[in-house]
Amino acid sequence: MSSKVVQALYNDDDVLMHAVKEVRAADHHIEEVFTPFPVHGLDKAMGLPHTRIAIAAFCYGLVGLAFATWMMNYMMIQNWPQDIGGKPSMSFWYNMPSFVPIMFELTVFCAAHLMVITFYMRSKLWPFKEAENPDPRTTDDMFLMEVSVKGNEDELTAFLQNTGAVEIKVTEKH
Amino acid sequence: MASHYEAPIREPLIIGDKSYHDITKDVAAPVEGKANKQWWIVFIISMAAFLWGAGCMLYTIGTGIGTWGLNKTVGWAWDITNFVWWVGIGHAGTLISAVLLLFRQKWRMAINRSAEAMTIFAVVQAGLFPIIHMGRPWMGYWVLPIPNQFGSLWTNFNSPLLWDVFAISTYLSVSLVFWWTGLLPDFAMLRDRAVRPFQKKIYGLLSFGWSGRAKDWQRFEEVSLVLAGLATPLVLSVHTIVSMDFATSVIPGWHTTIFPPYFVAGAVFSGFAMVQTLLIIMRKVCNLEAYITLQHIELMNIIIMVTGSIVGCAYITELFVAWYSGVEYEQYAFLNRATGPYAWAYWMMMTCNVFSPQFMWSKKLRTSIIFSFGISIVVNVGMWFERFVIIVTSLHRDYLPSSWTMFSPSFVDIGIYVGTIGFFFVLFLLYARTFPVIAQAEVKSILKSSGENYKKLRDGNHE
Repeated sequence: MSSKVVQALYNDDDVLMHAVKEVRAADHHIEEVFTPFPVHGLDKAMGLPHTRIAIAAFCYGLVGLAFATWMMNYMMIQNWPQDIGGKPSMSFWYNMPSFVPIMFELTVFCAAHLMVITFYMRSKLWPFKEAENPDPRTTDDMFLMEVSVKGNEDELTAFLQNTGAVEIKVTEKH
Repeated sequence: MASHYEAPIREPLIIGDKSYHDITKDVAAPVEGKANKQWWIVFIISMAAFLWGAGCMLYTIGTGIGTWGLNKTVGWAWDITNFVWWVGIGHAGTLISAVLLLFRQKWRMAINRSAEAMTIFAVVQAGLFPIIHMGRPWMGYWVLPIPNQFGSLWTNFNSPLLWDVFAISTYLSVSLVFWWTGLLPDFAMLRDRAVRPFQKKIYGLLSFGWSGRAKDWQRFEEVSLVLAGLATPLVLSVHTIVSMDFATSVIPGWHTTIFPPYFVAGAVFSGFAMVQTLLIIMRKVCNLEAYITLQHIELMNIIIMVTGSIVGCAYITELFVAWYSGVEYEQYAFLNRATGPYAWAYWMMMTCNVFSPQFMWSKKLRTSIIFSFGISIVVNVGMWFERFVIIVTSLHRDYLPSSWTMFSPSFVDIGIYVGTIGFFFVLFLLYARTFPVIAQAEVKSILKSSGENYKKLRDGNHE
């Protein structure tokens, strides 16, 4: 079976939201929606699961905190203890208050950077990556919905036309 | 339309009859158009200042710190004054992009991009000072915790100067990824509009292949929110740690527990003043008055007024505590600030930072563009003097009266400072010509709730 998709272009976010709900209600499969800005509630309307990237960021933060603690304990207490201004160098806990700023900084550093790297990897964003929006107007003022064709193609096009699409194109999905 | 409801009492944030496409056009216009004469004039002046500053830096590195006006008693002066001043300026960008995001302030969307650009460029200037003050900047990597050739002697994690290394580098790098992530959809917009193949290639490269899928937007918004949540305590920690460079020492005038909040308030204060200076010019030059409205200027003025008053309270608290502590040295340090040989700098600081923002209580003055611009410059001058007063007046009266001196900057001190201002403006001017200066994707998302035309439409057929 060919993987044909219908690309329906909308010129308004409210019309698009309505259309997404109707298409889902009519049991058609939405392949993808491309929008020029974040349309609130669109992910929910499309039935996309929640993103877990915030949980990942929390874990990365813990990694940063653990690394900072280990590093400063090793360098200042274990490997080469020094008497600096009489600050206690014999015990991690006594010396710990001086370590708090860097523990915090490295927590933030790891949480932020590793989360952003995860986001770029998961959403396939990196330099020299080719853009994949099918129509250049979807970064300007157009909203594009891709619906996979199953069964009658004309019926689907007519259905999408009724949802308020301003342009409809049928293409082969690679 | 019901889902875009916003109380009619709120002033529109986007003026005029704008559509999504108009926003695209208005934001892309400065990038796609040609630079005018004024741009070139300002750019050439900034470039000249930058080159002069770069020359002075090379002279410092080649000859040594002796080229500066420092002496045995005043061992820290303009270098660290400029460092703190630039870091402070940077703070407003993060405040606008992160704190105002957490508070869901929609007015931040027109100004966050430029404010964050300002943050990054200001922190770059700040970072130059500790590096050239090292004297031997090629040994700069010694501040990193790596084992060295003398055995495994490590950096000193008890030192606030090392905390600074971690704080500033975390701040710079996190601000940069926050800024860049927000830029992706806007670079994509420029890429998809570009007609010349070279432009298309460059913006394609910069946009990391952003396509605007629903899932990407979902992650984008979550990442922005979490980054805002991380950047908020981060920005507070950065100036807290900068203030600890002074507060953990035992110099009268520096050794005070009020420093962290006082420095953070001062940083936000000076940063907003710089945002105001830059945006008042930018909205005019780039024809963005429909997005950066009078209301934006007014709201920033209110923040300047509030933070200026906090700074004023801190100055008075410092004086009170110096007296109340009963410590002679502390009392003398503050008496000397206000009445000693540097009294002119102290009263300059007091006038610019405490007195001048009080004009903003008047609605008429805080909605005057010329007046706001004037105050923003005054505040920046005042905040530079604040750091100068704290640093130089605390040092120049040593414990031994025989060591008492004054500080006078050499031409190299002045050259480096002027050079960083030039460098900052070179970066900002290049940014204004090549980057989308307004976060257009975000502005589009509030058009229906806060656009003037939509608000009129909604309030017209009120229930």
